[in-house]
Amino acid sequence: MKKVIEGSMAVAEAVKVCRPHVISAYPITPQTHIVENLSQFVADGDLKSQFVNVESEFGAASVILGASATGARAYSTTTSQGLLLMTEVLFNIAGLRFPVVITCTNRAVSAPINIWNDQQDVMTIRDSGWILLFAEDNQEAADMHLQAFKIGEHPEIMLPVMVNMDGFILTHAFEPIEFIDQKMADEFLPPYKPELYLTTKNPLTFGILAEPDWYMETRYRLQKAIEASSDMIEEVADQFKKTFGRYQGGLVEKYRLDGAETVIVSMGSVVGTIKEVADELRDKGKKVGVLKIRAFRPFPKEAIYDALKNVKNVIVMEKAISLGATGILYDEIKAALYGKPSQPKISGFIAGLGGRDIPKESIMKVIEKGEAGISDNVFVDLKENLIGGK
Amino acid sequence: MEIIPAVTYTYLRSKKKFPNVWCAGCGIGIALGAIIRAIDNLKLDRNDVAMVSGIGCSSRMPVYVDFNTLHTTHGRALAFATGVKLANPKLKVIVITGDGDGLAIGGNHFIHTCRRNIDITTILINNSTYGMTGGQYSPTTPFMKIGTTAPYGNRERDFDICNLAKSAGATFVARGTVYHVTLLEKIVQQAILKKGFSLVEVISHCHTFYGRLNKEGTAVKMMEWQKEHAIPIQAAAKLPPEKLKDKFLIGTLWDVDFPEYCEEYDKVIAQFQVPPEDSEGKK
Ligand SMILES: Cc1ncc(C[n+]2csc(CCOP(=O)(O)OP(=O)(O)O)c2C)c(N)n1
Ligand code: SF4
Repeated sequence: MKKVIEGSMAVAEAVKVCRPHVISAYPITPQTHIVENLSQFVADGDLKSQFVNVESEFGAASVILGASATGARAYSTTTSQGLLLMTEVLFNIAGLRFPVVITCTNRAVSAPINIWNDQQDVMTIRDSGWILLFAEDNQEAADMHLQAFKIGEHPEIMLPVMVNMDGFILTHAFEPIEFIDQKMADEFLPPYKPELYLTTKNPLTFGILAEPDWYMETRYRLQKAIEASSDMIEEVADQFKKTFGRYQGGLVEKYRLDGAETVIVSMGSVVGTIKEVADELRDKGKKVGVLKIRAFRPFPKEAIYDALKNVKNVIVMEKAISLGATGILYDEIKAALYGKPSQPKISGFIAGLGGRDIPKESIMKVIEKGEAGISDNVFVDLKENLIGGK
Repeated sequence: MEIIPAVTYTYLRSKKKFPNVWCAGCGIGIALGAIIRAIDNLKLDRNDVAMVSGIGCSSRMPVYVDFNTLHTTHGRALAFATGVKLANPKLKVIVITGDGDGLAIGGNHFIHTCRRNIDITTILINNSTYGMTGGQYSPTTPFMKIGTTAPYGNRERDFDICNLAKSAGATFVARGTVYHVTLLEKIVQQAILKKGFSLVEVISHCHTFYGRLNKEGTAVKMMEWQKEHAIPIQAAAKLPPEKLKDKFLIGTLWDVDFPEYCEEYDKVIAQFQVPPEDSEGKK
């Protein structure tokens, strides 16, 4: 059944069929509609779940950590300042190997205060040990939640997963959405049965002090688990296709890469616009393609090299920057190509910070620039008159 | 005819920052008017006033006024303000916060700043909801009242803000409403004069979300509710308990003296700091 609904509602509906036992969140724009919809489902008895409206994101992340420790399936959602406030707990959730799911409705971070979209929030917590997935549209965002729980809860993975969707651009957009049937969802995502959890029958301890003689091994295991999740992400995407008939890619999605000389790499909703630009250029006979990164952690360096090895110009466009260095995706893609037999030319562009629109014309200009030479850290569509002296 | 602008107008960043974000009829603007008049009555130099806030409709206030202002992150205004006051104790530091900003995400800072008794005046606008994010229930949403995250009524208890501040150690605690605006002006004035941590709870209304969700009517209706339910503390002393049922007290509720933190800190420095000559000699 297809219905035109708001992105936040699509996510709430998808989370509902995942049957989380515990949901905890603190409101923050543009995540609020997801939480409000979920609290309505719970209050109406449509979703048998505990909904805890806590006093901060720090509390929300802590509540889902605790819930997950008892073997419950747990969920939260936040963005921007809220995600940064969760940071301490995010590292703990990953370190304790609790497969919770969080939706991050990506938004810029302060200061100055800005409630609009970019992806600086999630890129700032990229080293926390979470699997980080990025959705291009609302159907993909909704579907990703089922996949997220399935990937994270696999006994060999046991990792938290963050589903990223662009704030406002997706959360507040109305699109036709294929609803997920509960029965099919139950088949795809069986109840969560962890091997170890807090119970009076078999008391355990989680989160103890690890001395220098064995802390490092826990980090190594974490790294290995994230690496192993690469195959799982692909596998779960295939399984999803088998059950529901929809496939948005595994680690990456390759769009019109056949014989492409120029490829734009990006993540999130802007990929939709970039695909349109690629179509238009292809119609004019230009060999342009798009590489969409669906999984930023684990970082799919093999898949990326494989997709880009025969390309002349690689253009990375991203909505975040590691200040003092470069665009983060740009940097990591460069590293993925280093020392490989084929070395495409690569340029990096920072775009759309704090909700600045990225129209097709800007993408065209970026392509022209990227094809003409090598551009490093170019801020797209800067207003020179506003930059000022300091 | 010459139009003399109201005194409040002369304190506004009217050229750059307006129109403001508040809904027509919101109580926050009324509270701002009272605060500005209180400052004007005290003849404070506006350059000596530092207004600090977090995030929320109420926390937008400093953006619109011509003092030293610092608009920070959600829940942290009191911590930022503590830094401001310690670094420059000459500033009159006024914190503007909301029930969400000050008591939910910032609750921890709230109790500890009260306890520390640092000379900061805090004006907490209590509209019983998270207005800015669309009417979710907050730590002051009364039991069984509706929020967008409590569609069939909130099952948690609300904080008694004034009692909380008092027990945590604030030396001046008062409550006003945006209906009783002259009283509000007076107690804000007293709070600013108080040496130590002072808290003014301002009962306000968010007709856009809370009012609509709870069918409490227009902004005017909600202000009438304030008029009907607020009892001045002096009058309350003479009333039988049944007359006080479902009512709340307004006025100065608590006013005691205790050493102020910055002054105490200075005493420690004065007592233990080695005078510069000595330190030279001891090298
Ligand atoms: C860390 C963080 N979490 C959440 C938010 C979203 N947020 C902004 S204002 C607000 C609540 C404001 O409520 P209150 O302080 O009562 O002020 P009001 O808007 O009602 O005046 C919330 C939850 C945020 N800005 N930062
Ligand atoms: S949303 Fe509520 S609190 Fe915010 S400005 Fe409007 S009426 Fe006031």
